[in-house]
Amino acid sequence: MRGGAGRIGLLAATGGVLVFLYVPIIIIGLYAFNGDRGQSWPIANWTVKWFGAALDNQSLHDAIVLSLQAALGATIIAMVLGTLAALAVHRFAFFGRETVSFILLLPIALPGIVTGMALNATFNTFSIPFTLFTIIAGHATFCVVTVYNNAIARMRRSSRSIEEASMDLGADTATTFRRVTLPVLRTALVAGGLLAFALSFDEVIVTTFTAGTQQTVPIWILSNLRLPNQRPIVNVVALVLILLSLIPVYLAQRMTRDTSGSGR
Amino acid sequence: MTGLATGPRSASSAAESTVPAVRLSGVVRRFGDVTAVDGLDLDVRDGEFFSMLGPSGSGKTTTLRMIAGFELPDAGRVDLHGHDVTHVPPYDRDVNTVFQDYALFPHMSVGENVAYGLLVRKVPKDERRQRVADALRMVRLEAFEARKPSQLSGGQRQRVALARALVNRPAVLLLDEPLGALDLKLRQEMQIELKAIQQEVGITFVYVTHDQEEALTMSDRLAVFNRGRIEQLGTPADIYERPATPFVAGFVGTSNLIKGEVAQTIVGSEGTFTVRPEKIRIADPAEAVGADEIAALGRIAEVVYLGPDTRYIVRLDAGTDLVVTQQNLATSSMEALAAQGRAVRLVWKRQHTLALG
Repeated sequence: MRGGAGRIGLLAATGGVLVFLYVPIIIIGLYAFNGDRGQSWPIANWTVKWFGAALDNQSLHDAIVLSLQAALGATIIAMVLGTLAALAVHRFAFFGRETVSFILLLPIALPGIVTGMALNATFNTFSIPFTLFTIIAGHATFCVVTVYNNAIARMRRSSRSIEEASMDLGADTATTFRRVTLPVLRTALVAGGLLAFALSFDEVIVTTFTAGTQQTVPIWILSNLRLPNQRPIVNVVALVLILLSLIPVYLAQRMTRDTSGSGR
Repeated sequence: MTGLATGPRSASSAAESTVPAVRLSGVVRRFGDVTAVDGLDLDVRDGEFFSMLGPSGSGKTTTLRMIAGFELPDAGRVDLHGHDVTHVPPYDRDVNTVFQDYALFPHMSVGENVAYGLLVRKVPKDERRQRVADALRMVRLEAFEARKPSQLSGGQRQRVALARALVNRPAVLLLDEPLGALDLKLRQEMQIELKAIQQEVGITFVYVTHDQEEALTMSDRLAVFNRGRIEQLGTPADIYERPATPFVAGFVGTSNLIKGEVAQTIVGSEGTFTVRPEKIRIADPAEAVGADEIAALGRIAEVVYLGPDTRYIVRLDAGTDLVVTQQNLATSSMEALAAQGRAVRLVWKRQHTLALG
């Protein structure tokens, strides 16, 4: 009884936040079906013709291919380096361990614009041309952290002795890694990898410094947003991206929840 | 070999004729400048339930880990059934371990956990299935084969860990405080169950614990560890009734230490003596004392009612406190508590006064 007013207030606040978060996204989605080039409310003519136009757009195709390649490359690098770094930091006490851990985490806090500038200066200094690989290198800086963080969190929650138990039961080091260490980490690694992929796919700031004249999808969107003619296609791309981005986030959430990995 | 056989059961039978299941010779293990195990010599007889008892940091777990192969000794030698295994990795030793936190594989079912050792040692599938079923039956978890460890209670996980180790039929089973995480009731049940399983399978158990009651209940013999060394090794009765050092007397059960001038006054000679709280009788100050008895006057300073027993702390006129426990055979809590402040005479048999080395 006494909490009634508070409860209603809390519900209203929650509703307000949801509206604040999702109304703009819904509007973008609706504009993808807008028959007029100009964006005016309410939408007078409904159409799906922009979806066809988007499919025919060559520069968009190129951007999608480039983005997928960059995201895939950055994710693979992140999985390998992130896992190895987590294993090293978790398992061995070595000189400078805390420093390594800090340096790995730093790119999250470091403004993207600084990372971008630094990479840009480095590539220019050594006359490295801007290619897919410079984009991947830029994305890997922050993708490694997501995998590293997921992996080390799982390691810390898992019992330290399970690897000893495996060896105790007759499995050598390689078998133990294959049958125990990796399977226990697997869902955490996949979740970290999906997150890395998603981060890379919509990255703008670092990419502007490392892509040269190449266009990834987000960069393509930014440059086409200014052209009134392309506006409807951009809306279509935005809608599709929203829907696609839900998949990895959903999968990552499911996987980290399903197997907690802790023996408790 | 029935029921509650304790004491020198295995000592009498085959022990002299066979090599020890585990032999540690001059084993040393240091961590930095801390010496965890300090020149240990120890024989564990084949087929016995052997406990290593001591406070945390006494070196008992490190000793167990050196037998398992997780720690390498800095000096000395580890033999299993007469074979030097000092530098043999854990996966090539014929021992299995039950870990304190059970260390079950979270991504495998109970059945897969138990089958793991047989799988990596390439035991054929049919035999594997049979042995897993037998092991799960032994720990009464047949119905749980498909469950994940996260779906089990603490006691069930403990039994899976036990089955996972025993299914390999190791020469020696190592147990690292396996009951430490369980509540008292379950712990007491598991003590009985563990002892029964050990007698059923006839495998040498080496059991690490800091719980003296556990060690006394289950062991054929036990070693009391202190600061990386063994203070005393013997049967539970040896250790309890004839503690060799003040440390053992204090760690195993409650002990009253009587030393120095007080000893001169009460016992009649200098030195350090001990008497167990349950051996002391509380008598009237006027009561006569037998020739074979020791007596001391004092006043009851504190009364702690424990349910089945009452613990009295008696301040002796000679200048020391003694703890006395009495079963509440005919005493109510009111009567026990009313004894506070009363002048009494403590009496015990001379033979229960033990001189400590």
